[in-house]
Amino acid sequence: MIERSYEKYFRRNRLPHLWCPGCGNGIAMKAIVQAIEGKDGWTQDNTIIVSGIGCSSRASGYMDFDTLHTAHGRAIPFATGIKLARPELNVVVITGDGDCTAIGGGHFIHGCRRNIDLTVVLFNNNIYGMTGGQASPMTPIGKRATTAPYGSVDRVFDACNLAQAAGATYVARSTAFHVQHLVKMIREGLDNKGFSFIEALVQCPTAYGRRNKLGDPAEMMAWMRDNAMMKAAWDKLPEEKRPEGKFPIGLFYQSEAIDYDTAYDHVIDIAGGR
Amino acid sequence: MKAEFTIKSERCKGCGICVAFCPKQILALDPLGKIYVADQEKCIGCGQCELRCPDYAIFVDRVKEAGAK
Ligand SMILES: Cc1ncc(C[n+]2csc(CCOP(=O)(O)OP(=O)(O)O)c2C)c(N)n1
Ligand code: SF4
Ligand code: SF4
Ligand code: SF4
Ligand SMILES: [Mg+2]
Repeated sequence: MIERSYEKYFRRNRLPHLWCPGCGNGIAMKAIVQAIEGKDGWTQDNTIIVSGIGCSSRASGYMDFDTLHTAHGRAIPFATGIKLARPELNVVVITGDGDCTAIGGGHFIHGCRRNIDLTVVLFNNNIYGMTGGQASPMTPIGKRATTAPYGSVDRVFDACNLAQAAGATYVARSTAFHVQHLVKMIREGLDNKGFSFIEALVQCPTAYGRRNKLGDPAEMMAWMRDNAMMKAAWDKLPEEKRPEGKFPIGLFYQSEAIDYDTAYDHVIDIAGGR
Repeated sequence: MKAEFTIKSERCKGCGICVAFCPKQILALDPLGKIYVADQEKCIGCGQCELRCPDYAIFVDRVKEAGAK
């Protein structure tokens, strides 16, 4: 066999990774390296992977770039620091639904607001996986968690809507089932100069699927196949005709706005007396 | 034979994703929970198994059939 070219982006001596059998994180991590591989000029020396804390955030430890495994919810602030100090570097953030929208929710919306040139990939498994299954702001209503044994009653964040409303200039969603589409969504996010947000639905069979009787990992992925609708088809349906339980995937929003490094150049100019 | 397999057994966690999504239903898990190709002749080389393996344990390369140009 010819070794797959993306394998060079993995720290292969650390594989197999620690994720549970059938965990979707491995699929999303491969999608990221494949998206990076397609980017001209992005190398292992000028691309930085920054992650927070959680099962998802462990991905940075397997990726052979300069990597930062930071503090819970704080990946975007660390990434912002890198991007301000070294604007020429390419910075990708990996985060979880808890990491990004609970403890890191403030950082997330302000990263979007600043339109700082990062690509943030949220591995959404609808739960706090690492700590054993507490409900996150993205746990669907009615689904069980250790903190919601009778089903969650908390209304859910749509992280894509949140990102768009807060000022992100690229917003997309895909799933671990739709691998090639996921790679494309991430790749186009890398192309955008500004804050790019991609929600990747991933299955957590251990802390989410089992408690909610969602079946084995393949059944959880079959659910993604059967319930995700491409945005174009979704948009054609009047709201009342949108099938219950289905959700759109694809590119939701893209716009142009000044990115934070460019904006900050003005400060540097003025402060430097130029 | 239309496809050649490379299996990195040490990576396989026996999750069954490739088994479930193989359109020809020719993959199976051995008693130790490792993947194997049960009926290679029927493989169409579609690559679905490789595409969704979360552990990068199974790889398929299409090969020309004997006699084919
Ligand atoms: C400041 C702080 N508070 C709480 C924790 C405990 N903790 C670790 S991971 C985690 C949740 C992770 O959930 P998510 O971001 O969805 O990642 P997943 O494990 O599901 O991929 C929590 C609460 C921590 N490590 N640090
Ligand atoms: S607990 Fe869930 S998210 Fe964490 S490794 Fe296991 S399956 Fe993946
Ligand atoms: S290449 Fe396609 S047909 Fe062959 S084993 Fe993989 S999924 Fe099955
Ligand atoms: S998908 Fe990968 S890890 Fe899962 S059983 Fe198949 S080869 Fe093994
Ligand atoms: Mg999570």
